Amino acid sequence: MNYLVDAWHWLLDPTTWPGPDGLGARTLEHLAYTVLVVLAAAIVTVPIGWWVGHTGRGRNAVVLISGAARAIPSLGLVTLLALWLGLGLPAPVITLVILAIPPLLAGAYSGVEAAPPQVVDAARAQGMTERQILLRVEVPLGLGLLMGGVRSAVLQVVATVMLAAYVGSGGLGRFLFLGLKTQDYAMMLGTSLMTVALALVLDLALAGAQRLARRRVR
Amino acid sequence: MTWILANLPLLSSRLLEHLGLALPAIVLSVVLALPLGWIAHRYRVSRWVLVTLTGLLYAIPSLPLFVLLPALLGTGIRDASNAIVALTLYGLALMVRSVADALDAVPPLVTDAAKAQGYGPLALVLKVQLPLAVPALTAGARVVAVSTISLVTVSGVLGLPSLGLLFVDGFQRGITEEIVAGLVLTVALALVLDALLALLGRAMTPWNRADPTTRRRAAHTPRTAAAPRAGEAR
Repeated sequence: MNYLVDAWHWLLDPTTWPGPDGLGARTLEHLAYTVLVVLAAAIVTVPIGWWVGHTGRGRNAVVLISGAARAIPSLGLVTLLALWLGLGLPAPVITLVILAIPPLLAGAYSGVEAAPPQVVDAARAQGMTERQILLRVEVPLGLGLLMGGVRSAVLQVVATVMLAAYVGSGGLGRFLFLGLKTQDYAMMLGTSLMTVALALVLDLALAGAQRLARRRVR
Repeated sequence: MTWILANLPLLSSRLLEHLGLALPAIVLSVVLALPLGWIAHRYRVSRWVLVTLTGLLYAIPSLPLFVLLPALLGTGIRDASNAIVALTLYGLALMVRSVADALDAVPPLVTDAAKAQGYGPLALVLKVQLPLAVPALTAGARVVAVSTISLVTVSGVLGLPSLGLLFVDGFQRGITEEIVAGLVLTVALALVLDALLALLGRAMTPWNRADPTTRRRAAHTPRTAAAPRAGEAR
């Protein structure tokens, strides 16, 4: 418990927070990496997932990708890319995007696919074009499942941004690896608590968004 | 390739260390999830509590959890036991839900028939519900196995020996082959374990195999291992 008290003191220490290397800036940086990566991955992936869900084409490929991605260790990917591309942002960003793709793809595709066939047929019988069916019927009905995919993508990315600091980028991982190098356990523990808090807040916010998206459908 | 051939003993010992962390965690999470999942299946309130708790647990990033546990348990940050506890917690977060869902899916007609034939509560679980839930349980265990194998590597940045240490060492010394070898071995290990669990599940449910003489239809095996439900994949 002593350690936790030390970590708490580190978190409350006024010198911990300010400045470009401070906990405040690093937390915002961590959050920014997470949001930007998930957004970038979503812009590319979600339309593909919708298309797969609507046409049923490439369904097996999607299922395979989301299964196989689970087996790939992100530490291996990020270190390999960092050796090739050098230290800095490219390696972690590519790793994180790859990490975010499977849950987003699965959420987009399963949401569209789960639209009741009667509803889709009714829309078609009313003369809606395929594009209208997708965008006005299937996508709104699948919003809850899509938000589920976004939620798990964010969870994975916010956890893995920690590794960005290992290959020379920013984020909360900075303090963790600095603490590891200098054997400052209070710093490591404080950062860990901060990261856990960030992840839980994000998860709760997205759980709320997911519930809202589901309620709107009903 | 030359680096790999010259360092085969290192690779095999890292592989064994990896298994030494992953296997206890996988076995523990499956074994502990069975009673917990049963409780979640049986009592409504406990289901809500367990699903919420495991959901929160699952939201905790892995590296911070590895760092946090020593402060709570008194373990060392580089102890194998520390990593095994962390990995077991993640395994439980996935598996408790799988067990509860698998038990929920056993048809009530079957459990009612078993009760009518005089099965007590324990015999009902052990001889009727669990065997019928094996396909869904195997699917859950496969997800746990694959994600645990991959998750173990994270402990490498803290200096714990596993295949993850190949990434750390290869990165620090600039040896691409070492990282590639680690990636290939991790993925291969996950796939092998996944296939073994699938085979084990099939061996445990002989009644599900298609029988050409009676032309019974093989029971549908859920494919959750390959198709994660949205909102649960990690």
